[in-house]
Amino acid sequence: MKFSESWLREWVNPAISSDELAHQITMAGLEVDAVEPVAGEFSGVLIGEVVECGPHPDADKLQVTKINLGPDFNDGELVDIVCGAKNCRLGLKVAVATVGAVLPGDFKIKKAKLRGVPSHGMLCSESEIGLADNADGIMELASDAPIGKCVREYLDLNDVTIDVDLTANRGDCLGLKGLAREVGVLNSLSVTEPMITAVTPTIDDTVAITLSADKACPRYLGRVIKNIDVNAQTPLWMVEKLRRCGTRSIDPVVDVTNYVLLEQGHPMHAFDLAAIDGGINVRYAAKGEKLVLLDENEVTLSEQTLVIADGDDKGNGKALAMAGIFGGLASGVTSESKDIFLESAFFAPLAILGKARQYGLHTDASHRYERGIDPQLQRDAMERATQLLLEIVGGEAGPIVEAVSQENIPTEKAVSLRRAKLDSRIGHHIDDVTVTNILTRLGFSVTETGVDAEKVWTVVVPAYRFDISIEVDLIEEVARIFGYNNIPNVSPKATLAMREQKEAVLSVSKLRNVLVNRGYQEAITYSFVDPKVQAQLHPGQATMTLPHPISSEMSEMRVSLWTGLLQSVAYNQNRQQSRVRLFETGLRFIPDENAENGVRQDNMIAGILSGQRSEEHWDIEKSATDFYDIKADVEALLKLTSNESAYVFSKAEVDALHPGQTAAIHKNGVLVGYVGALHPELERKLGLNGRTLVFELLLSEVCTQNIPQARDISRFPANRRDIAVVVEEQVSANNVLQLIEKVGGNYLVDLNLFDVYRGNGIESGFKSLAIAMILQDNNKTLEEKDITDVVDRVVDTLKTELNASLRD
Amino acid sequence: MNLDDIILQAEQAIAAATDPVELDQVRVNFLGKKGLFTEQMKGLSKLPKEEKPKAGQVINIAKQQVQKLLTERGELLRAEVIKQQLAAESIDVTLPGRGDELGGLHPVTRTIERIESFFGDLGFSVKQGPEVEDDFHNFDALNIPEHHPARQDHDTFYFNPKLVLRTQTSGVQIRTMEKEQPPLRIISPGKVYRNDYDQTHTPMFHQVEGLMVDKDVSFTHLKGVLHDFLHHFFEEEVEIRFRPSYFPFTEPSAEVDIMGKNGKWLEVLGCGMVHPNVLRSVGIDPEVYTGFAFGMGVERLTMLRYGVNDLRSFFENDLRFLKQFK
Repeated sequence: MKFSESWLREWVNPAISSDELAHQITMAGLEVDAVEPVAGEFSGVLIGEVVECGPHPDADKLQVTKINLGPDFNDGELVDIVCGAKNCRLGLKVAVATVGAVLPGDFKIKKAKLRGVPSHGMLCSESEIGLADNADGIMELASDAPIGKCVREYLDLNDVTIDVDLTANRGDCLGLKGLAREVGVLNSLSVTEPMITAVTPTIDDTVAITLSADKACPRYLGRVIKNIDVNAQTPLWMVEKLRRCGTRSIDPVVDVTNYVLLEQGHPMHAFDLAAIDGGINVRYAAKGEKLVLLDENEVTLSEQTLVIADGDDKGNGKALAMAGIFGGLASGVTSESKDIFLESAFFAPLAILGKARQYGLHTDASHRYERGIDPQLQRDAMERATQLLLEIVGGEAGPIVEAVSQENIPTEKAVSLRRAKLDSRIGHHIDDVTVTNILTRLGFSVTETGVDAEKVWTVVVPAYRFDISIEVDLIEEVARIFGYNNIPNVSPKATLAMREQKEAVLSVSKLRNVLVNRGYQEAITYSFVDPKVQAQLHPGQATMTLPHPISSEMSEMRVSLWTGLLQSVAYNQNRQQSRVRLFETGLRFIPDENAENGVRQDNMIAGILSGQRSEEHWDIEKSATDFYDIKADVEALLKLTSNESAYVFSKAEVDALHPGQTAAIHKNGVLVGYVGALHPELERKLGLNGRTLVFELLLSEVCTQNIPQARDISRFPANRRDIAVVVEEQVSANNVLQLIEKVGGNYLVDLNLFDVYRGNGIESGFKSLAIAMILQDNNKTLEEKDITDVVDRVVDTLKTELNASLRD
Repeated sequence: MNLDDIILQAEQAIAAATDPVELDQVRVNFLGKKGLFTEQMKGLSKLPKEEKPKAGQVINIAKQQVQKLLTERGELLRAEVIKQQLAAESIDVTLPGRGDELGGLHPVTRTIERIESFFGDLGFSVKQGPEVEDDFHNFDALNIPEHHPARQDHDTFYFNPKLVLRTQTSGVQIRTMEKEQPPLRIISPGKVYRNDYDQTHTPMFHQVEGLMVDKDVSFTHLKGVLHDFLHHFFEEEVEIRFRPSYFPFTEPSAEVDIMGKNGKWLEVLGCGMVHPNVLRSVGIDPEVYTGFAFGMGVERLTMLRYGVNDLRSFFENDLRFLKQFK
């Protein structure tokens, strides 16, 4: 809420500067977002009267004027000013920037000639002195504005607008009255309220009021005011106060209701009396009932929406307004209105909460009713509005008709505060006198019982403090007014219980570090991605879609981390970063009826490579990265588990990937993830340069580690035997190695495929695999026969099972 | 040949040898099995028995003399060879080394790991939770019933009225308290989502929330822990203020500001004493236990710590930005 400092100081005027005031209320929990001057910086602008006004001889749009600035200005000499504003006219009181004046933006006023006619100053518009962003014509001052007076003083422009960002619990501060009350508490000052006197009715007209939903609307006051002049001018002082609180002047009736809203924190509504057929009935909307709102949109009301309707108490009338939220177009006050019906009502917060939002609305009224307004304030608000209206638009007021359901009006609450609880929650002893003083200053009536640790304050809290109903609410009030920064900082004491640390749990941090050490930069991409891109990568995969995304490109929850990473690669390639190595960890979101909330949220680790294998280097040949580079990175991750052999790579086909360069990784039959080259077609569609390699693994399948079980190291020599076997192309290295392991026996302690050869001497469609077998025993030196037995057994098995031959 | 001639010859041959191989040939020629000294020794057999020792001694002395010359010359030549080798093998040590350069963690991860470390020292365990969350864990259990005005401040991404992208990681606290009893000390880092995108907001960002529930946990403790954290995180005595605020799940509630380099207060975290309704909703008796909770924006802390000016750069993944963080 924005408010004018000088308006606040009419209520309560602590001897502190604007900055100190802003700091003080901020530190009381009413956070000040901004303090802005209400006008631009200017000087030398006086009130003058147009005493002569005629057309310019050489310019159609200009007028030549003489301005009276009073006897003190150059001995009463009239000033010649040429003015371009259409509304400049004889007798008008205007703001005159005299020669030597400085306007906002350091604009200095000098003597000038406009098309040959001398002009010794300027008649100012609101925008020229920083009162408004734009203005139509020059500013028109009230006819009683004192000639010669400084405009800054006259308009009290040495004022600031303070914008407080009120938290949802402090609805009581959504008006000058509440803010002043709070400032009074903070400064131990009493608050001077404006005099509100009951307006004596001069007519007998009334409208009958029925409360059909008395829980939702337990109090409704109405008053008829007849023969008003809607076309009267709202006085400048009111326009200015409204403006400084961020509210634009509309017409006097709206201005007065807004004024009361800002001053009292109480929303008001005015109906055109002619639009009310019969009485007023506050009821819930009927099914399918329609209402055209003041913004000319028609809404179909839900049965949970409270409306102000006319007609009888049987519900036979039509909805006139959405109660506490927005007025209706048909019953609104227009420039044609003669008689009005003024509403001042209390609606229960629960009846209003969330309703405006259902219709996409948020109004000053709904904002206040949702948070709760003072249930005792309706009559004051009504009298205040009547009094102001009669002053401005004239007319005759009828008596106030009040309908009330007393049992549904929120009452004062008694809440107890125990000394022991206060001390234990704050951790710092605030003495009895201070506590009592704070509670009393807050306007609570306080009863004290018990002493010392047994002391209890029983506090009666006014109904307008909707935020206070239990003990901790009072503790917060005491701490807040005492000042958080007056409470010491203390380190907590806790039991030194050692925390469990499972060695077998492989932290994500360790996995990340492996990739970092292999040259990867960690990326973080958005969890919502472009559905078009995702569909290209994962066609047919069910996804979760955000109904109201930031944009369509950020509307679908990712089903893998690839979409985001690929877009990051494209982003970098477009910025001359051709060698990209990125990885990411995070959730993917797979719709799954069996999972909590219908979505499986799997933690993934994924990586992407593109560009050269190495940074450009003086001694390394350039070569593009390929499948075996990224596979090595995946293998490095798997090695961390000390259980690498449990992970089996096998040829696989995935939509997004190259059908000939993709491996699925399984562990005990469970799919752990994929590694492969991106499908060339996708590379083209995504505009990627060169080969792009990706992997993605389920973190849950790689996040445990085997705890080492050391075995004895053999003291006997190891023997190496190399064999070169020729097999058909479709026989995979894994086929060969697994078979050797299977039949190798206990002496075979290590196996290493160290060459793959195709070409001269090898028939096309075949390849030669050179494999080293390391043979060793723990108890003896192997004899030649032991060794040849193993080699022969291996070779024979390879021949029979895989149709392999030994290469000569 | 008499001995003196042999010695003279040996001296000349040793001096003439220009590398260890030549020198070794000299050694063979004089001291080898068929060398001149060996022949001299063989000649001894022809001498009378009583002359043998003396003559033998003379030969041995001469032999030692030659041996010494060989050794000396040998060391000299080897030193020369090494010198040449070293000269030939000299390289430009300023050329860059071979092998991959180091990657780096994302600055957000770096900050989260630092926070985890500070609170880990105090016995806080790290807990994770789902990001698609039901409205019970994101709102109701946190004392934010449906239609509560505070819900509107959250700019929530809804899938449907019951399912949201979590707006805070507080749901993890609820899930932890549902399973474990006090004393509890946890932090929950992770992604959170708000439907807001401009210069100072991204629709996804990171939070670390903390929770401590025990007997006699008080507001002074909350202040103590957060003061320590901010001083250690920034490694300087930053000016800190606790400002009353409002969160439905804590009371008293505070926002914590630090004094920026520009002389303006900057909000860095929100905190408070856990509201009794929250404890009650997970079956913890608020008359027995109290707790504090806090939540901090990781991006904001990271920006302040490392001088990052544009929030959006965290999610653009521009390598030129990321590579600054090793």
